[in-house]
Order: sequence, then C-alpha cells, then structure tokens
Amino acid sequence: MGISHVVDRRLNGKNKSAVNRNRFLRRYRRHIKKAVSEAVHNRSITDMEQGEQVSIPNEDIQEPVFHHGTGGDREMVHPGNKEFVAGDRLPKPPGGGGGGSGQGQASDQGEGMDEFVFQITQEEFLDFLFDDLALPYLVRKKLKDTASFQYVHAGFTTDGTPAKLNVVRSLRKAYARRISLAGKRKRRIRDLEQQIADLEAQPDTDDPAFSKERQIEDLQEELGELRRQVKRIPWIDEIDLRYRQHRKEPKPSTSAVMFCLMDVSGSMTQVHKDIAKRFFILLYLFLRKNYKRIEVVFIRHHTAAKEVDEEEFFYSRETGGTIVSSALKLMHRIIEERYPTEDWNIYAAQASDGDNWNDDSPICRRLLQEKILPLVQYYSYVEITPHEHQALWHEYESVQEEFPEIFAMQQLTDASEIYPIFRELFEQKTT
Amino acid sequence: MSKPISSDSDWSFELIDEYDREIARIAADFGLDTYPNQIEVISAEQMMDAYSSVGMPVGYHHWSFGKQFVQTQKGYRRGQMGLAYEIVINSNPCIAYLMEENTMMMQALVIAHASYGHNSFFKSNYLFRTWTDASSIVDYLMFARNYVAECEERYGVDEVEAILDSCHALMNQGVDRYKRPAPISAEEERRRQKEREEYRQQQVNDLWRTIPEMGGDDGPDGPQRRFPAEPQENLLYFIEKNAPLLETWQRELVRIVRKIAQYFYPQRQTQVMNEGWASFWHYTIVHQMYEEGLVDDGFMLEFLQNHTAVIYQPPFDSPYYSGLNPYTLGFSIYMDLKRMCENPTEEDREWFPDIAGSDWKQTLDFAMRNFKDESFILQYLSPKVMRDLKLFAIADEEGDDAYEIKAIHDDRGYRRVREKLARQYNLSYKDPNIQVWNVNTRGDRSLLLRHTRVNGIPMAEETQDVLKHVHRLWGFDVILESMDNGEVAERYRVPPDSDSRNTAA
Repeated sequence: MGISHVVDRRLNGKNKSAVNRNRFLRRYRRHIKKAVSEAVHNRSITDMEQGEQVSIPNEDIQEPVFHHGTGGDREMVHPGNKEFVAGDRLPKPPGGGGGGSGQGQASDQGEGMDEFVFQITQEEFLDFLFDDLALPYLVRKKLKDTASFQYVHAGFTTDGTPAKLNVVRSLRKAYARRISLAGKRKRRIRDLEQQIADLEAQPDTDDPAFSKERQIEDLQEELGELRRQVKRIPWIDEIDLRYRQHRKEPKPSTSAVMFCLMDVSGSMTQVHKDIAKRFFILLYLFLRKNYKRIEVVFIRHHTAAKEVDEEEFFYSRETGGTIVSSALKLMHRIIEERYPTEDWNIYAAQASDGDNWNDDSPICRRLLQEKILPLVQYYSYVEITPHEHQALWHEYESVQEEFPEIFAMQQLTDASEIYPIFRELFEQKTT
Repeated sequence: MSKPISSDSDWSFELIDEYDREIARIAADFGLDTYPNQIEVISAEQMMDAYSSVGMPVGYHHWSFGKQFVQTQKGYRRGQMGLAYEIVINSNPCIAYLMEENTMMMQALVIAHASYGHNSFFKSNYLFRTWTDASSIVDYLMFARNYVAECEERYGVDEVEAILDSCHALMNQGVDRYKRPAPISAEEERRRQKEREEYRQQQVNDLWRTIPEMGGDDGPDGPQRRFPAEPQENLLYFIEKNAPLLETWQRELVRIVRKIAQYFYPQRQTQVMNEGWASFWHYTIVHQMYEEGLVDDGFMLEFLQNHTAVIYQPPFDSPYYSGLNPYTLGFSIYMDLKRMCENPTEEDREWFPDIAGSDWKQTLDFAMRNFKDESFILQYLSPKVMRDLKLFAIADEEGDDAYEIKAIHDDRGYRRVREKLARQYNLSYKDPNIQVWNVNTRGDRSLLLRHTRVNGIPMAEETQDVLKHVHRLWGFDVILESMDNGEVAERYRVPPDSDSRNTAA
C-alpha cells in the first residue's frame, strides 16, 4: 500500500466554476448584450443556435494593482546571449519605449491584445438575447382561467372504492389495532403459562385446598378464555381500511400554442422571406427557451394555406398569389379542432409583405375580430416592406384600435430592425 | 532488475497505486520529508476549475475567478495549454491533481513532481514553515467562503463584490514582509472573529473619538502627532484596523483577503526554488526507476520529451521568450549543485569550497530549506549555469539613448550577473515600495501613502485606479506621494484635487 490516498473525483463537482463564471457574465452583461444583438443582425438564419464570441476592452476588465511604470534606471538579466560583450551599446528603438526586451509581443491569434475575448455558450447567448422578454398575458390567463380541472392527491379517507384501497396503510392500521387489542391479553397469557410451568415444577402440597392440580386447572381456565378472546380479534377489520383520496382542483392552464403564419407568395422577395424567417426563428427559439410544454403550429400560405413542419416552414420556397385569409381560416380551424381555449394559451404571429387581394383584406379583419382574437392571448403582426402600406395594413389598424391589448403590429424594413422590433413586441409587460 | 510496472500508456487506479508506492520508496530513500498525499483524479473540466481558483481548493465566489476560468477555458480549447503539472496545494494532506486524459507516464511524472517534489518543499522550506499552516488552510478557506456567502446574502452581491475588488487591488500590499505571525486554526479563527466583531468597531471609534477633544488645545507648540507613529507597509492590515467608515463585516472581508495574500506570499517568493526542486526530483526519481528497471524505454522516451519541454528556455530574441523560465533556472541550479558535489572542477573549488565534493543530498536539502529565490540565486548560481544559460545583464537608463550590456557570462561578469538576477527576484524591488505615511486625524481624515522610488522608477499609469479602491475602503481622501531622493516627484489624489476640479470647470 502506498502512503498516498488516491481519490477518484471525476464524478463530483463538475461545474465548480459555474457560479464565478456567471458572476463574470453578470458584471459584463452590458458588453455581452451588445455583442449578442450585433450577432443577431449579422448571422444567417441557420446559425442562430450557436454561442457567440464576446470582446471586452481590456481597460474595462483589468484589475488594477500598484506596479512600476516605465522610466527610471533598470538592469535586467536575460538568457541566450550570442555575441554581446560587456560595454556593448544597443540603440533604443525610436519612440523611447524602454523597459527592456521581451515586452509588447504581438498576438498571433489575430485578436488585438487590448481586447479580452471569450465565448459564451448557445444557452447563454439565448439568455442574453431574450433577456427581459416574456409572452404577454400568460400570467393573467393562469389566474383567471380555471375552466379545466385535475385531480390532486389529498391524503387518505376511511371509505372509497376498492380500486383506491391503499394496502400498506390498511395493513398498518390493522396491525396497530391488533396490538392494542391483544397486547394486554397476550401479556397475561405469557404470565399464566409461566405460572403453570412453575407450579408443575413444584412438589405437590398436602393441603387439598391448595392442591397443585386445582390451581393449574383455574389457571388453565383463565388461559383458555384469554386465548379465545385473542383469537376473536379479526386479522383485518373494516375500520382498518384506508383509501386514497383525490380532490378535484381547478387546473391553471399554462400550456401554450404558438401559431406562426408566414406569407410565402411570389410578391415576397427573397430578402423579405429571409427577414420573416429570421423573425420567426427568433420567436421560435424564444418560445422553446421559455416554455417546456409549448406547441408550435407553422402555417405558410400563398393563395392557399398549409400546415407544415418546422423544416418546411423555414427552408422550402414557393411562389404564387396571396390570399391572407386562407391562413387565418386554417388557423381558426386548427384551434377548434385541437386547442380548446380552456386548456391552451394561444399566441399568434403573422408576417407578410402587406400584399393581399384587395377583396380579401376586409375578410381578414372580420376573421380576426370575430373569430380569432376572442380566442387568443396575443396576436402580433409584422409587415416587411419598405413601401406604402396597402389595404391589409389599414384593415389591421382598425383591428388594433378595437383590441389594443392583444393585437400588436409593427413594420420592418430591413434585417437590422428585427431584433429591436421583436423586443418591442415581447417586452415584459407587468400584468 | 525488476520487471517494468506497466508497458502501455493506459493508467488504472491499481497502476497509480503501484507507481506511487515505488516513487514513495525512492523519495524516502533520498531523504525527502513529505506530508501525507491526497492524489485526486479529475477531468480536464475540473482541472480548469482548479486553475481558475488560483490554487485554492475551496474559494469564495468572485467574478475575477470567473474571468480566470473563461481565460483558462479558452487557452485549453485552443490547445495552447497543457493542463498538467501546476496544481498542488500546500495543505496537510498535500492535495495534487491527476488529469484523467493523461498517460500513465504523465501521471507518474506528476506524482513525482507534485506529491513528492513540491510536497517536501512545502513541508521543509523556512518561509512556508513560518508563514503557512498547512493543516488549517482548507478549514480557513471554508470559513472564508461561508463568511463571504453569508455577507452576500445579507448585504447583496454587489456590495460584497465592491469590497473584494478593492481588497484584491491591494493584495500585494497586504502582506507582512518582516513580522512573523503565529499561525492559528480555523476553529480559533471563528472564535476570534466573533470577538473581533465586538471589539474592533469600538477601537476604531476610539481612534476617531480623540479628534474633537484635541481640536481645542491644538496650540502652536503642540506639534501634530503622526498617525501611525511609524510608517506601515501592510495597507490591508492598516485599513482593517483603522478605516473610519467600514462596517464590521467589511473589515472581516479585508482580513480574509489579507490572510489569503499572506498564505500565498511564500509561493511568490520561492517560484524558482520550488519549481526547480520539484523538477529536479521528478527527473531524479524517474531516472532511479529506470535504473531499477521499473519503467521501460518507451516510458523514458516520453518522459524525456516532456521534461525537456518543461525546462525549455527560449533565448531572449525568440518570439516565444517571456522572461526566464523558473523551471529551467531552478532545475539547472539544483542539478549543478549535485554535479559540484559529485564531480567538482577547479572552478567549483574556488567558487564553492564548502560545496565541492560534499554530500549532495545534504547540500541540496540545506539549500532547499533555508533560502528564498533572491538569496538562493545569490548563494548558489554558479558560473557554469550562467554559461549554460548564456546570461547577460543589460541596463536601460533613463536619458540614455542606448541600452548597455553591463555584464555577460565571463569572469568579469559572473558576480554582477548573479547579483542583478537575484535582485530581479526580490519582491521588495518587484513590487513598488508603498507605505502608510500619515493620517490627517485632526482635519479631513485624509490618508497619505508614500511610494519610495528606487533608481528613479516611477509608478505606472493605473495608480490612480488603484487609489480609487483605497479610497473606497478608507472613505476619505487618499493621497499618494511618489518620492524620489526625499522629494515629491509625483502626487496622486482621489478624489482629484479640488483646485484642479475648479480649473477644469
């Protein structure tokens, strides 16, 4: 055996530095946020799900200590002399830096030495990206909407159906009852048995009144009675039985469904589509981050609407005319079929370039006013166009007047606005 | 000849035990005196944790350790850094880390280097014996961590962070260089902390209570008494005891940082000696193992490759040069001491008459025990080592438009090179000499610090930033005078002089 104690520590304390790392991120959140929002502008759609490189100027991050500055007289010792001899003089480099050699090495990493550069993880990236944002009105829904119920465990009761019988508890009760009822008698039984045994071991006395047999007989009689009594104690009794009890409780609904509606018609240029997609990717990441149990429904439309999966929504292309109401109708149908409002918080985000068949825009307004908005928590519309607004925008404006709380609309003209607009739409609102 | 312990590069716990047993035996034969070892096998991630807590097995939380961690992580990902040797903790038992990714050879090397080399240095060198108490450090760090966490809960993370930031800025001025402490246990520390809480505040108040009383009879004949009566070098200590406005818990935080600075002070003073000693022993022990047939040729090749990398010294004009490598310098000196004992030359007899031909184990043991880097180099750096490393001294004088080579590795230069190099490791030259000079107890309570220039070397630009930290702790104006030959060469003040503020406005 060695004198050393060898310990395998690989399994414990993995993220010992996590707290310190977080402290560091917390202190420099201003810098990190800036890097994150710049990254959102510059990144392509697909690589939103990565960490990010953050640079912090050294002067902001340095921990100052007292030390010597340049100037004064120094004499330093260095290794690797080749041809110097005592008395040699070497001209100082112009600019008069001083301080001897071996200082001010250039970085070979392609990063300035005056920047502190580090990586944040994807998770941290998203944390900073969606800092202070929330799905509006989710809390309110939770408190007010108690239309659905669930059964919660509520202790035990003495009656119920056999299906709810709790065997362990019932047997425990029975055992306790048996002990309490029989315990005293059993002690007496042991006592009597001992007395009988003692008597039998003793020599008989001459006095018939105290004869051994008589005494034993009396004791035997008492013993027999006690044994019968103990035997009569039931092993399990009705009063032992315990049943699980459940209570019906109103269930606050926290599951949410998000509808993403996107125009993919021919009038949407590639640039528009990219902007829309980026907006939705942000939204999608945001949702995934905030709610574990959230469902997302992707609807894309040109003249006809279609429910698609994530992959198809973001990456496939189509052309054609535009009928916005087709998407709204599809959304309404899906809500009715799959997302009853008592169970679901419903959100919707719609992106389009504002182009629509003129006759269709009033239909959209009515669909929203009459069918959709009464069902949803929040509906946001972004119009991606640098041009004049068309009928759809104006119709939507009247929707907004009627439902200022739950309907929001914004215009986007280029990619750099995506993030600010996104923040505006989902800024945490105190409800 | 025995059979090699293992022949491929995979390690196992059984093998580690077996290597450790042999290394322990050989180390004991050579006379190394060590604390019991605790060898912890950890992952690379955990090694990065260990790195970023600057050698403390348990540390309080602070953003600067997070910064260190981020930096370590970056270096490691790029592969710039081998995470191998460095971390060993001056504690009893002596804690060293083995990384799971390493080969068996590396594990054995680290055991020899850290668990027997550094370990014996910690246990025997006089600075460590005087200044640190290996058996209580882990407990003390636990106490510190809990205390800081408690403060954070009570007063908020930001408040605590601000005080710690300021203390960290003064860590190098938070040590006693000359006074000797009596080490105390963590238990004792907790008890005293309670007591301090009660008395300390009271005492501080006493100092300041005298002010109004004295104010009245401040006659022209009564020369103002200086406070402190003698200049003091330990800024953190002075602040802990005398800062007028600090709360009790803030004083305790100052004390914690000060204690930790003091604990690490011997390590700063013995880098060359300590790394050199550990390298000398991993080299010597592994060679002994090879001689006994315990390790095979493959092991030796890998070992030598690694060892050579560790003690590589790039020349001054190399792009990789960043000063003298303490491993190289220390290793070379110990190796040469051994050589002088075993195969002395004429030169050795002339320069080191007591050492040439003596018992090398005793000579090295004495050298390791009784010196710090500065005196060690002054005492033992031989002409041969200076020649091997091709050392030269170069002067950079203000007002001269050229550097001048003052001495090289030749008969005329040895003494000067040695003296200059020793001085380079003297922390009183490395760190600026700053003392608490006076407190204006009767007036604005300002704190006056004095920097004494050596060879006209001024303070760096960021001095003003450090003074802000002093100001945060002191609570009133802070002035630093940088003195050159008895005259104030430069004056810093926080907050800046009211005059200059006026003119600026």
